[in-house]
Amino acid sequence: MSAESGGESFTDYIQHHLTFWKAPLAQTGGLASLHVDTLIMSCVLGFLFLFWFGWFARRATSGVPGKGQAFVELALEFVDGQVKDAWHGSRTFLGPLALTIFFWILFMNFMDVLPVDLIPAAAHAAGATHFRPVPTADVNMTFAMSLSVLILTLFYGMKAKGVGGYFKGAVSHPFAAKNIFMKVLLAPFNVLMFLIEMVTQPVSLALRLFGNIFAGDLLFMLIAGLMTQFLSFWYPLGIVGYVAWSFVELLIILIQAFIFMYLAVTYIAMAQQHH
Amino acid sequence: MEINATLIGEVIAFLIMIALTMKFVWPPLTRAIEERQQKIAEGLEAADRARKELADADARVAEEIKAARAEAAQIIERANNQATQIVDKARTDALMEAAKLKAAAQADIDNMAHRARAELRGQVAQLAVAGAEKILKREINADAHKALIEQLVAEI
Repeated sequence: MSAESGGESFTDYIQHHLTFWKAPLAQTGGLASLHVDTLIMSCVLGFLFLFWFGWFARRATSGVPGKGQAFVELALEFVDGQVKDAWHGSRTFLGPLALTIFFWILFMNFMDVLPVDLIPAAAHAAGATHFRPVPTADVNMTFAMSLSVLILTLFYGMKAKGVGGYFKGAVSHPFAAKNIFMKVLLAPFNVLMFLIEMVTQPVSLALRLFGNIFAGDLLFMLIAGLMTQFLSFWYPLGIVGYVAWSFVELLIILIQAFIFMYLAVTYIAMAQQHH
Repeated sequence: MEINATLIGEVIAFLIMIALTMKFVWPPLTRAIEERQQKIAEGLEAADRARKELADADARVAEEIKAARAEAAQIIERANNQATQIVDKARTDALMEAAKLKAAAQADIDNMAHRARAELRGQVAQLAVAGAEKILKREINADAHKALIEQLVAEI
């Protein structure tokens, strides 16, 4: 597999593949450090999506579309339809948001079904000691997106109801009452529910994506690791397993990208709804 | 699982991606789609209109053909009438001419017959007188019997 992995043990191989290319920003490292591989891969893939769609968007004709434009339009209309179902306002922001989420995550997830050592080997050749090519298997990536969605949820909620109205809603829902006494009594529970919602939404959004892609990635690593360690015995089985899991994983990466996009739009639309 | 500054970097990257999509991808594509939808709607409407116009034109053509046929029939009838009239007139004219010619010929014939008769009568009288003169040369004085001879001529 990769150039240096020939002599290392199975555990070393897995450990090696689970280590980020980390660059400390300060002496202390820790929180103040960057995962260079995640940043590089996510930006490259994001711009790949932008160039692909931008290329056909620039040349978009309202006449008979070419095959490329037809596909891009199909993808856009699919995403637009999902947003339209949940959101009944202008889609000038939510449309692009959903499209970006869907295709960016799909592209990043797709790195998962490429051979596990392909990109790391290229990175090793370029001088990196560690390289994880799947950005969505990094919690930083998934939390960055889910927290951005949370901020947008708050923003759209306040935009629709006003800042006061939004927090009034947080205090008086879901447990509503008629008289003042009951309202005061129920307020703490409402606030608690609101806070739980504010935490569970981004956490579940981020961890669902991360968990699915990380698990898939790890399985590929295990299969590849077993193949390298116990060559004669595992090799044929490994190839069969690798191909079989690739098909399952293809389905997973698509579904996860869709779920993330769909839930992000749903959360934002829910925040804007009047109770 | 390790949260670090990568998160902030990815938030920034995410926002940049959305902004770029919002500026360079979404508007031109949606505009193209909407324009095409409008074009298709207009095309369908135009097709409907054209179909209706064609039906109208067909109806008008049928009407025109009907009118033309009626006019043609009228013209033919008029022509037939005229032809009959001309033939009738020609026949009457011919009959009248024939009658006239016949009358003129009859008059000529009558005239000539009358004249011939008168001439014949004169000649017979002369012959009679000449015969009588030859027979009665000696016995009858022409002058004396002039009145008698004239009476004879008148009687012939």
